[in-house]
Amino acid sequence: MKTQHPILAVTFARLREFIRRPEAVFWVYFFPVLMVIVLGVAFRNQKVETFDVDVIESSLSNSIVEKLATEPRLKTHVVSEIEARDRLRAGTTTLMIEAAESSADKQILEQVEYLFDAARPGSLAARNIVDARLQEAAGRRDVLKVKDIKYEEPGGSYVDFLVPGLLAMGLMGGGLWGVGFAIVDMRIRKLLKRFMATPMRRSHFLMGMMLSRLIFMIPQIVILLVISYLLFGVKIYGSWLSILLVVLVGAIEFAAIGLLVASRAKTLETASGLMNLVMLPMWTLSGIFFSYERFPEIIHPIIKVLPLTPVIDALRALMMDGKSILTLGPELGVMIVWSIVPFVIALAIFRWSD
Amino acid sequence: MPSAIRCTNLTKTYKGKPPVEAVRGIDFEVNVGECYGVLGPNGAGKTTTIEILEGLLEATSGEAEVLEMSWSKNATAIRERIGVSLQETQLSDRLSVGETLNLFRSFYASGIDATTAMERVSLQEKENAWIKTLSGGQKQRLAVATALVGDPELIFLDEPTTGLDPSSRRELWDIIETFKKHGKTVLLTTHYMEEAERLCDRVAIFDAGKIIAEGTPSDLIRSLGAEHVIEFALDHDHDSFDLDLVQSIETVDHVDVSESEIRLTVGQPHVVLPQLISRLAKKGISLASLTTRHASLEDVFVSLTGRHLDEGDED
Ligand SMILES: Nc1ncnc2c1ncn2[C@@H]1O[C@H](COP(=O)(O)OP(=O)(O)OP(=O)(O)O)[C@@H](O)[C@H]1O
Ligand SMILES: [Mg+2]
Repeated sequence: MKTQHPILAVTFARLREFIRRPEAVFWVYFFPVLMVIVLGVAFRNQKVETFDVDVIESSLSNSIVEKLATEPRLKTHVVSEIEARDRLRAGTTTLMIEAAESSADKQILEQVEYLFDAARPGSLAARNIVDARLQEAAGRRDVLKVKDIKYEEPGGSYVDFLVPGLLAMGLMGGGLWGVGFAIVDMRIRKLLKRFMATPMRRSHFLMGMMLSRLIFMIPQIVILLVISYLLFGVKIYGSWLSILLVVLVGAIEFAAIGLLVASRAKTLETASGLMNLVMLPMWTLSGIFFSYERFPEIIHPIIKVLPLTPVIDALRALMMDGKSILTLGPELGVMIVWSIVPFVIALAIFRWSD
Repeated sequence: MPSAIRCTNLTKTYKGKPPVEAVRGIDFEVNVGECYGVLGPNGAGKTTTIEILEGLLEATSGEAEVLEMSWSKNATAIRERIGVSLQETQLSDRLSVGETLNLFRSFYASGIDATTAMERVSLQEKENAWIKTLSGGQKQRLAVATALVGDPELIFLDEPTTGLDPSSRRELWDIIETFKKHGKTVLLTTHYMEEAERLCDRVAIFDAGKIIAEGTPSDLIRSLGAEHVIEFALDHDHDSFDLDLVQSIETVDHVDVSESEIRLTVGQPHVVLPQLISRLAKKGISLASLTTRHASLEDVFVSLTGRHLDEGDED
């Protein structure tokens, strides 16, 4: 019987151990899917956004309500001033409308006051809608003809934005936990020490561990993409082959970082502390849930060289914008550096025995 | 005679506060084809010594040569030709016996196939069983099988039978004896004297990082001066026992008094016993118990250190 190459032997042993642990399979494969479902539902595109506005009770409040009644985007309520302020503070409403008392005739609306916080999402929009309806009712005529066209670009919804981010996040978590935890566990069980007593080459073992990670990754990605397509219609505009390449390099990158994180840890607690420390900046900065453009411009260069950022950027460029992989040189470059350097350092400082 | 292992003035101090001098100057040589036993209480430095010889630990000073090669120059070549079973390795629970052996086999350039290895340790029926379903004895046999798949000339077994029941222990002894019959070399550590007496051509008794006696089991026992042991206990306190009473009996070589028993090392029990009983009777001392047996390596250890093997290292 021909014996297997040691890299493949390690890879297959790892794959077998993995599939024989159904709870681990569940978490690795379905956690990212669960995130897509929850976030996809929370941020799905709503048909028409409506605003709750309060009109303060007075002799003129009914007349205001009447004038706004034809506007489908508004929901008006007549309440006392105290109640209206409470509701505004709590965020139940976005805008409070008060008719100013006119001196001459108490039945004619001459002046209104809007109370709102412009920093709150929707406040300004509600104010402008209310204002337009009231001005029209008071006789204002628009002089410029305008036409509103609904923007609907493929790949432009929040879910389309989110899926590449979650995909990259899955690569990161899978690589770090999958490789890192397995290695520390083997060290605690003295299995690494036992392997060192054989002629096994150290690099073969580490490569086998990484290769098995790449293979776990394939179902993880396919499941995520299929579910996002079926539930939210997330389509891929770029080439499949390019996406596969980016995913592969990303998986290697995080497996290498996982090796490095686990290279000296003696306990699972140390390892998980280190992994969270490594992942935390990327969870917050690399733009999984929102674009990192929101952070001050001076730190963009730093964000861009974090291991996760180029993976997300490259996947978004491919999936949402349908760009060619040839435009992604800088991203791939950063990813390749993060694949090679941690592997080499890990190989040098790795602790094989206890 | 070519040597399989040779070490000279080996020492190992573990760094730390305070540093632990686990091995303090050890010399021994194991010939090809020999089964050499390392005996000693807990903490004597057995595992430390064997792991230095396996190339897993670096010695603080001294030389270690395995199969006439040095670890610093020929590590891979040595590893191709030795097999190892560590004191405590947990193999992967969810791999089968066959898969585990194939994995280990893949690391060696040449060796025996997994099926043959399973046959050598009688685990053929467990080929497809996950390791977590194996008994302690079966796991230990599998550990030995992983040491055999590279078809080694020399195997290192660190306490292969600790914690096993007598029948599992005997199964392992058979495996080791078969390996030896093919002219191969074994280095074995153990706590069990009968194991060393049965398997080993020569033994070294370790205590506190040093070898305190070395030789064939029968030579070591003969060095006691007498080959039988009589142990007895009295109804009352042993402190007030008059040693002269027994020391003067013919062929009594040595007397040890402890709280639990009085131990005589004797040449001829059939001469000593009648005398002993009649002298005690004359003094009106009554016996609580009395046993006789062949002297063992345990007695060698006791006579050298005043402690029992299972008492561990005092400091
Ligand atoms: N990694 C380590 N760091 C510090 N001290 C150690 C280490 N390993 C062993 N020791 C100490 O070195 C001494 C010898 O240990 P060793 O494991 O070699 O003994 P042993 O003879 O194999 O004992 P046992 O019969 O219990 O297996 C002990 O005092 C032990 O506490
Ligand atoms: Mg030991």
